[in-house]
Amino acid sequence: MRIKRNGYLTAGLILTGIIVLMIIIGMFWTPYSPLTMSAKEKLQAPSLRHLMGTDNFGRDIFSRVLKGAGTTLTIAAATILIGSVCGTIVGALTGYFGGVVDDVLMRFNDALTAFPSILLALLVISLVGPGNKYNVILALGIVFIPSYARITRTAFASLRDANYITSARLMGASNARILLVHLLPNTVRILLPALTIGFNNAVLAEASMSFLGIGVTPPDASLGYMLSEAQGMFAAAPWYSICSGLVIILLVFGVGLIGEGLQRGEREVE
Amino acid sequence: MLEIRDLHVKFHTREREAVAGISLTIRDGEILGLVGESGSGKTVTAMSIAGLLPRKQCRLSGEILLGGKDLLHADRSELRKIHGNEIGVVFQEPMSSMDPLMKVGLQVGETLRIHTDNSPEERKKLVLAALDDVELPDPEAIYNKYPHELSGGMQQRAMIAAAIASRPKLLLLDEPTTALDVTVQAQILELLKKLNRTHGISMMFISHNLNVVRKLCKRVAIMQRGELVETGDTEKIFTDPQHPYTQRLISAIPTRTRKEPV
Amino acid sequence: MSENEMNLQAENEMNAKEAPLVLQVSHVSGGYYSGGILKTKQNYREVLHDIDFEIRQGEIMGLVGESGTGKSTLAKMILGLVQPEQGEIIHHTKRPQIVFQDPYSSLNPAYSVEWSIEEPLRVFGKYDAPERKRRVRDMLKRVELPEEILEAKPTELSGGQRQRVSIAAALIRRPRFLILDEPVSALDVTIQAQILRLLKDIRKELDLSYLFISHDLNVVYQLCDRVLVMKAGRLVEQGTIEEVYENPKEEYTKNLLAAAD
Repeated sequence: MRIKRNGYLTAGLILTGIIVLMIIIGMFWTPYSPLTMSAKEKLQAPSLRHLMGTDNFGRDIFSRVLKGAGTTLTIAAATILIGSVCGTIVGALTGYFGGVVDDVLMRFNDALTAFPSILLALLVISLVGPGNKYNVILALGIVFIPSYARITRTAFASLRDANYITSARLMGASNARILLVHLLPNTVRILLPALTIGFNNAVLAEASMSFLGIGVTPPDASLGYMLSEAQGMFAAAPWYSICSGLVIILLVFGVGLIGEGLQRGEREVE
Repeated sequence: MLEIRDLHVKFHTREREAVAGISLTIRDGEILGLVGESGSGKTVTAMSIAGLLPRKQCRLSGEILLGGKDLLHADRSELRKIHGNEIGVVFQEPMSSMDPLMKVGLQVGETLRIHTDNSPEERKKLVLAALDDVELPDPEAIYNKYPHELSGGMQQRAMIAAAIASRPKLLLLDEPTTALDVTVQAQILELLKKLNRTHGISMMFISHNLNVVRKLCKRVAIMQRGELVETGDTEKIFTDPQHPYTQRLISAIPTRTRKEPV
Repeated sequence: MSENEMNLQAENEMNAKEAPLVLQVSHVSGGYYSGGILKTKQNYREVLHDIDFEIRQGEIMGLVGESGTGKSTLAKMILGLVQPEQGEIIHHTKRPQIVFQDPYSSLNPAYSVEWSIEEPLRVFGKYDAPERKRRVRDMLKRVELPEEILEAKPTELSGGQRQRVSIAAALIRRPRFLILDEPVSALDVTIQAQILRLLKDIRKELDLSYLFISHDLNVVYQLCDRVLVMKAGRLVEQGTIEEVYENPKEEYTKNLLAAAD
């Protein structure tokens, strides 16, 4: 797959790159410990000392946002990894083989899609227990499988009868080889933009779950959790909501730009 | 009738000019064949006459004169009038040129609806007449059918009906028979000849198929890489091609007379 | 017909009869089931009816007919991609390969030319990498393509080049029989003439048989030794090119010939 460089892609990569870089730095070093409280410095507005101000325990919000964004990024990335890998497997098998396998798996898929994703995630959380981020990843990962299955199924089904696949069958290539070597690379162009959209959905889903209290819980903190925390002190420390919300927006915006850039770039090449 | 003077078309994304200065005339009541291989610029030429080129993506120069008016430099409202009333266009793929959800009769009447103030009843009468002109059986029934209910040949007849419904003086035909079976193709060619004879419509027939052009056109223009390499009487060019490219092209036509020993 | 021509024809027939069989299609009928898992009479649509012919070594058999007559279904059946309902298809050589009409979808867009030509050998698994490369280069020469093209992706090639690559990939495992499904219909006439010449040359070099499917009767005349005429799923006429073109028996064949003249 070849993609022509374009403004969207460049801007998206730069924006996302900066955020990811800061998150990586945040993993090893933050200006303050995100958990240290300080009664003297509580509810301070953003200043040079505290870039994003402090909350009502006197914790440095910038440090917390760095850590929280790290959690959010990990959860979103792991979610789309689970969702896309499992979804691609299901979609590839149903799209390529068709027939009964397709009918059964896809009806099941439809049933899953019929639930609102948050509800489905809630169901999984109630089964595996709330709290740590691995359970959130598992819950969201499962929720994301059906949409990827649908996208890849369409891609595989549309390419199944391409002449080059018929030729591959005639030369005696195994189904596994046809699926992995002949078909998979040709679905990347459809999968890549879907990954960026999925990533953003995962970020937002995690945020809403944590906001609703079924996501991560302390001592883990994610951007969504921090938003819900900030809600309680909105009047006293509006910068808390604004800053954590802004980081979510920037992250989603950056990845969205990449997705848009990928699609436009490919159209240009064609 | 139509005169093209030194037409240049260059797309911003391409190095080479798609049309590199061609001059061509279509005389009143004649069928001119425009022949070339893919990438020769024949379709781009037709599209610039029909005003279908995306003006922002290319640079046009030269003149295209229809009845004394310059199509390349006319303003939009004037162009729309000309293109609706005086030039009809038929494309290669009948199925993809039709709206699958719109009844055939309405599609055929679409140009009339846009370009004339006829009442719906008058319009229907004209459409039925056009469907009759293209020899579709039972125009009344065809009028109420959807495109997928017609065969490929019938669809192409309907598209021709749509192009001639407003009685244009010039018909641009871009590979109108290429997607059709040979027997159907032969019927469409007969129809075009008849329309030319009875209605006096001038035609520009674009094709890569020289056998078809030979059957239909008295005069032919050969294009290669955006340039006109040879123009003249069809039989003369077929029997005595002057330009090396034309010679190559003519000798490549598969015929039943020069089977080489295997 | 002059005496000379008659002798020639008799000789041709003798040659055809003597050559060993490559393919026998005997009384084959078949079609498709639409919708559902159940195969019932109601949802069965017969596409081919009682098709019966054979192809001998070194022979080029033309298959003509208008669109929708079942030419491509017959090709799929011979390739084993669709099973006949009745009758038998017997291959006397290795499984045939196919070259398709549309040069744009016959090569995998994700890979280079070299990969596409080499893939059948990789799948075959009998040759090591250097031997595979050697064979790819040898085949590339036979289809008259320069070595620089090996690195290219299909999108960078012209229609004619793609068709040459498709032919190379189809022939790399040295089948004796090739199905050509409208291989030149999407090409410009000058390119078409080059590909037809290539097909002729390569047939002699590698002693191949072809089933050449086409709607262009003039092309079939130039290339083929014998011809099958299909109409609505039935074989209405078959014989040597001379027999069928000079003395067509069926009204349908006459119409086709008149329209293509």
